[in-house]
Amino acid sequence: MSKKDLGLLILILVVGAVVTAINPRFLSAINLANTSNLVALFGILSIGQAFVIITAGIELSVGSVIALLGTLFIDFIAVREVSWPLAFVLILVLGAIIGFVHGWLITRLKLQPFVVTLCGLLIYRGVARFYTADGTAGFAFGQNFPTLEFLTAGRSYGLPNSFIALIVIAIVMWVVLHRSVFGRYLYAIGKNEEAAKYSGIRTGRVIIAAYVICGVLTALSAIYFAMYTRSISPASHGQFYELYAIAAAVLGGFSLRGGEGSLVGAVLGTVLLQELQNLVNLLGIPSSLNFAVMGGVILIGVLVDQQWGVFRTRRRMLEASRRGVAGAPAE
Amino acid sequence: MTSTDTTQPITAPFLSLDAVRKTYPGVVALDRFSMEVRPGEVIGLVGENGAGKSTLMKILGGVTRPDSGTITVDGTAHDALTVEHSIGSGIAFVHQELNLFENLDVAANIFFGREPLRAGPLKLVDRAKLREMVAPLLKRVGANFSADAPVASLSLAQQQMVEIAKALSIKARLVILDEPTSSLPIAETEKLLDVIKGLKAEGISVIFISHRLHEIERVADRVVVLRDGTLAGTLAKDRINHDEMVRLMIGRMLKEREKAGEAARAPGSVALSADAIRTGTYPDRPVSIELRRAEILGLAGLVGSGRTELARVLFGIDERLAGSVTLDGKPLNVTSAADAVANGIFLVPEDRKLTGILLDLSIAQNISLPNLPAHARRSLVSVGAELATAEKQKKNLGIKAPSVLTRTGTLSGGNQQKVVLAKWLAMNPKVMILDEPTRGIDIGAKAEIYGLMRALADAGVAVLMISSDMEEVIGVSDRIAVMHEGQISGILDKDDFSQENVLLLAVGKKPKLLQAAGGAQ
Repeated sequence: MSKKDLGLLILILVVGAVVTAINPRFLSAINLANTSNLVALFGILSIGQAFVIITAGIELSVGSVIALLGTLFIDFIAVREVSWPLAFVLILVLGAIIGFVHGWLITRLKLQPFVVTLCGLLIYRGVARFYTADGTAGFAFGQNFPTLEFLTAGRSYGLPNSFIALIVIAIVMWVVLHRSVFGRYLYAIGKNEEAAKYSGIRTGRVIIAAYVICGVLTALSAIYFAMYTRSISPASHGQFYELYAIAAAVLGGFSLRGGEGSLVGAVLGTVLLQELQNLVNLLGIPSSLNFAVMGGVILIGVLVDQQWGVFRTRRRMLEASRRGVAGAPAE
Repeated sequence: MTSTDTTQPITAPFLSLDAVRKTYPGVVALDRFSMEVRPGEVIGLVGENGAGKSTLMKILGGVTRPDSGTITVDGTAHDALTVEHSIGSGIAFVHQELNLFENLDVAANIFFGREPLRAGPLKLVDRAKLREMVAPLLKRVGANFSADAPVASLSLAQQQMVEIAKALSIKARLVILDEPTSSLPIAETEKLLDVIKGLKAEGISVIFISHRLHEIERVADRVVVLRDGTLAGTLAKDRINHDEMVRLMIGRMLKEREKAGEAARAPGSVALSADAIRTGTYPDRPVSIELRRAEILGLAGLVGSGRTELARVLFGIDERLAGSVTLDGKPLNVTSAADAVANGIFLVPEDRKLTGILLDLSIAQNISLPNLPAHARRSLVSVGAELATAEKQKKNLGIKAPSVLTRTGTLSGGNQQKVVLAKWLAMNPKVMILDEPTRGIDIGAKAEIYGLMRALADAGVAVLMISSDMEEVIGVSDRIAVMHEGQISGILDKDDFSQENVLLLAVGKKPKLLQAAGGAQ
């Protein structure tokens, strides 16, 4: 765990302690279970986003993809009576295809990630609304899928199964990002794509893979969100979720310039964001202020981090200069 | 009033430099340099790379302060010029790299920051007035484009005309053209030479810096030759000729040492052969070149002659537009750097910090990067294997760093270059292309890098070394290929090595070969 991650963890604990002191319900089993479920859903998104951001890219279509794929998933199993495991796989494949197309447009046709995914944001939202004729996708009365519901919304040993899924995904993706050849390529490309190319790395393929990973993880969380809300109105479902994911990654130390960040940080960033949401509810702050609180905390967090870096660099330079003066006569 | 002496009664010089000296730590960039420029005079300024031309330009532009000497502009003597004073007295520069806003039109570029404004609080640009002001300037430079053409749509020569028009708009009295033709095709060059003649006719002085000596021959009234920071000589109009300029540029020191060397080696078999390939920069010029095993082939030529482009095509970074490449006699189709690396063709690029290494990664991570799968088990990086390779390379190449975990960005230029070499040496190269491998590197590290290249050649690798450093090309190569305007203008064998021959080929002339002229003295 890096120093940055540790700082974030301490911040989470401090905020948690303060909230508990004011309203002890923060630590109640039901509140923790609810919050950890939300952490899981948004955490999976943030991990996907992190893989794109590390390549100095961005994925803005996340919220719309959640609306579209969520709508399709419910439609597949509730209306078209596709068996749920098949629907599950289909949705993940669709997520992969969306990611592939984005990556292909960005690397082969040299479009900017912001532009490509912004168009995606508009297109998928529109398609989702058209697909349901601006109606709502939901389950019929009495329809249920015990296994699917257990996996997505159920609990084991008191922990939401979604949260367990997040832990598993986080561990796997941590290994991929921080220990694998592919992860090293991602960092290298994020730091300096040209130099990576000159070292013989097929940078295009690596970047496409990052978008595919993001697409699959987004699709997975789309299923979780669908099973969590159980009914989807595509006009608003998942709106701004890309911003939660980006915010979590940035809080977790990912630089939008690429090549920096740790997976633990992205997960902790999600935890902090959900804690803040929870805090707004528990402390009786008007829920209309929700976004303002989140924005304020992110701004302060990034500012402190950046200023701390400047301070340390300056201190190191001053020390070096002092040593230089002291060492000069000796030479 | 003015410092004109009695021998030049006709016109007082606009600019004169007297015994100017400028040193940088460890280098004398300019020493006892004197020259003068009279109104309406075209001065050709020539010299090899590093002869002191850029220092001179910086002093005239007021960017650099000379250590001693006097600069007299328009009769007033100064110890040094400031940027404001340089511009204020009418000295204008047209640099090799143009300083234009490509997204704005011609008129906006010429009067950028000095636009005529309409009355009123909004300070709108008076477009009509602007056009009126621009029209005569464009006419003076003989422009064949309109004032509202976007700069991006203009050819390079046209863009240079815009720069010159800009110079005229500030009432320039001396226009300094820094290698304006180095990247221009021939037809465009003609236009530019005409513009120079036009300036002269208006009484404006011109300093024309160029490596293309035949252009200097055609327009210069006087030629000033710089060598190693000193004035090597001045040629009056009737003495300007190609051979004389070359003689002054390289001096009389055509050293025996350069030719002595070891006896010519027996050349190895052909490793990489390129047949009539074409690059994007010179799509109309086919290039053929053969790299032989166990040989260092020097690739000389002027900046912009197409050497780097050739290297980039061979390494798969740029697209090969035509022609074919074979490796060990088998056809080879390289479409990416990854293909080249997979076939043992490696490049040490010209721009170390941007493309050679990743400054933020450690030495070990940089070295393993091109060959990471070999340092991994089941796709997971084995840090142990990585460190072992790095330690070995650090020792072999003598990379000076606290540890292989040190961030590469903190190393000196020479050690960074060794890291670039190390990553390829760890992978058994077949063909090694080095683009300006010792640029910006201190002398000690240079010698080590020469040693490494020689060791590679001795081990059977085909080495291609692109270099603009004449002594390096002659001292290190087994054969020298010279490029001129996108094509190989000649290949010199060891017996014919001389600075003069390389320079002759670089400017597109015939070399003096051993059989024909008996070589240099």
